[in-house]
Amino acid sequence: MNPTLTLFKRELSSYFATPVAYVFIVIFLLLSGSFTFYLGGFYERGQADLEPFFQYHPWLYLFLVPAVAMRLWADERKSGTIELLLTLPVTMWQTVVAKFLAAWSFVGLALLLTFPIWITVNYLGEPDNGVILTGYLGSLLMAGGFLAIGACLSATTRSQVIAFILSVVVCFLFLLAGFPLVLDVFRAVAPQSLVDAIAGLSFLSHFNAISQGVVDLRDLLYFLLVIGFWLYANAVVIDLKKAD
Amino acid sequence: MIETSALTKHYGRFTAVDNISFRVEPGEVLGFLGPNGAGKSTTMKMIAGFLAPSSGSVKVCGFDVESRPIEAKRALGYLPEGAPAYGEMTPRAFLGFVADVRGLSGEERTRRLDDVIGRLHLEGVLEQPIETLSKGFKRRVGLAQAILHDPPVLILDEPTDGLDPNQKHEVRTLINAMAKDKVIVISTHILEEVNAVCNRAIIIAGGKLLADAAPAELEARSRYHMAVSLTTTETEKAKEALGAIPDIESVEIDPLDERITAFPRKGKQILAAVSDALKAQGVAIRELQLETGRLDEVFRSITQPHTQEARA
Ligand SMILES: Nc1ncnc2c1ncn2[C@@H]1O[C@H](COP(=O)(O)OP(=O)(O)OP(=O)(O)O)[C@@H](O)[C@H]1O
Ligand SMILES: [Mg+2]
Repeated sequence: MNPTLTLFKRELSSYFATPVAYVFIVIFLLLSGSFTFYLGGFYERGQADLEPFFQYHPWLYLFLVPAVAMRLWADERKSGTIELLLTLPVTMWQTVVAKFLAAWSFVGLALLLTFPIWITVNYLGEPDNGVILTGYLGSLLMAGGFLAIGACLSATTRSQVIAFILSVVVCFLFLLAGFPLVLDVFRAVAPQSLVDAIAGLSFLSHFNAISQGVVDLRDLLYFLLVIGFWLYANAVVIDLKKAD
Repeated sequence: MIETSALTKHYGRFTAVDNISFRVEPGEVLGFLGPNGAGKSTTMKMIAGFLAPSSGSVKVCGFDVESRPIEAKRALGYLPEGAPAYGEMTPRAFLGFVADVRGLSGEERTRRLDDVIGRLHLEGVLEQPIETLSKGFKRRVGLAQAILHDPPVLILDEPTDGLDPNQKHEVRTLINAMAKDKVIVISTHILEEVNAVCNRAIIIAGGKLLADAAPAELEARSRYHMAVSLTTTETEKAKEALGAIPDIESVEIDPLDERITAFPRKGKQILAAVSDALKAQGVAIRELQLETGRLDEVFRSITQPHTQEARA
């Protein structure tokens, strides 16, 4: 068997070895449901789409994804298994990617389990399922971006709590960069090109574009680049900080 | 084969391993000895490819650990200090995972797994999460993981720490059985282990290599080497009799158990003379023994100056 696949399987099954995985999935489903129905006014809007559902995903992920990512490396460090892992005949990249993909699949699974809401909206009306599909795609990509940040920061410490807090802060900055309020502040003091650059870095603007059904290659590329960058940083951090 | 040349590791400004070079050939079981903080584990981590050396290099089976890491790691079985393992996994799942990563498959996989499970007596705990195992069983799982792919090179950091006397014996037997065609490096604080399994010992303190010799050679450096010790009820009389032998340099009496030790002058054999003299004086001897040398005493005399220097 391909070693990356073996590492991936071990990592993914370790999520389900404790109740944490189930707790996470339940919380995710409950929160995404209640945001959609109460905050998003799913029924009141009278529109057959999932915009109120996807609209809150960035904020949901802000806290939930760092919780999934925090143990990825911090735990290996703390228990000393990192020494075992990195002396197996696999490359650093295989390990980093396998761990990331396992966490991503886990979040993807949680996302998949929101399918009842898709059934509901199809039952109630005639939504554009293409837009819903791109919504899911955008949401998954954004979760990947958050996860890559979380994985990298998890490698900087042996404490899962610190990893969690660091990731929330950095993820928040990446979200904030696209927030109209923040952009307005910048607009007052900075040239438009800089404002655009900051907005261009934000998860929010790219996610909104994709989830509204506009699949621009640049938005997809953005998330893939973000993931690639943070995973690269992840490998570098491990190499530098292996000793302590 | 392992070859280290001028291996050095700095942690910040602190030098944990200082310019260590040695070479280990198949068939050798090398014991790493040294006080706490000597740099044994750090050296092993560099050989295993976990830590990159600050300078110097390591070759495992001809592969440089830094430039050909995958080949080097394939040839290597490594038990890290403290035998870490994924606590939520069962030994069966954990060993299966290691077997898969190491590319074992089909019948060979089953055969190797059965072999290590049998050798380390893990049958009874196979389905129990590793985090709930006792310390000794955890260590055995770690050992099983290290020898699973039957590697030509084994690096074991304190393999018998936490094992009961029976298991210690079994693990030593296991190491001896594997020793023929493998390179084995173990670190230990148990000096009797060195005599039991190693045919070569390296003493490290303060990151420096201080001695590299066969255990018997090290023992020969002891001042107890070729000394004669005895116990008797007539301590005073025996002391007098020994004092008359010209080849004896000095006589010491252990204040605790009154054991008398006679140290020979350089290069002299005194056993026959001692036994004759005591017989002539009619001293009743309970027990008489020719000392081969005490490893703990050699260890202390070699490492102590360096540990003090490090503290100062
Ligand atoms: N990550 C680290 N950062 C700073 N210093 C370290 C680090 N790891 C080890 N050291 C120091 O390096 C020295 C050598 O440590 P090492 O673990 O190699 O000792 P050892 O010989 O294995 O000791 P022991 O017998 O206690 O296991 C120690 O002084 C230790 O404090
Ligand atoms: Mg050690």
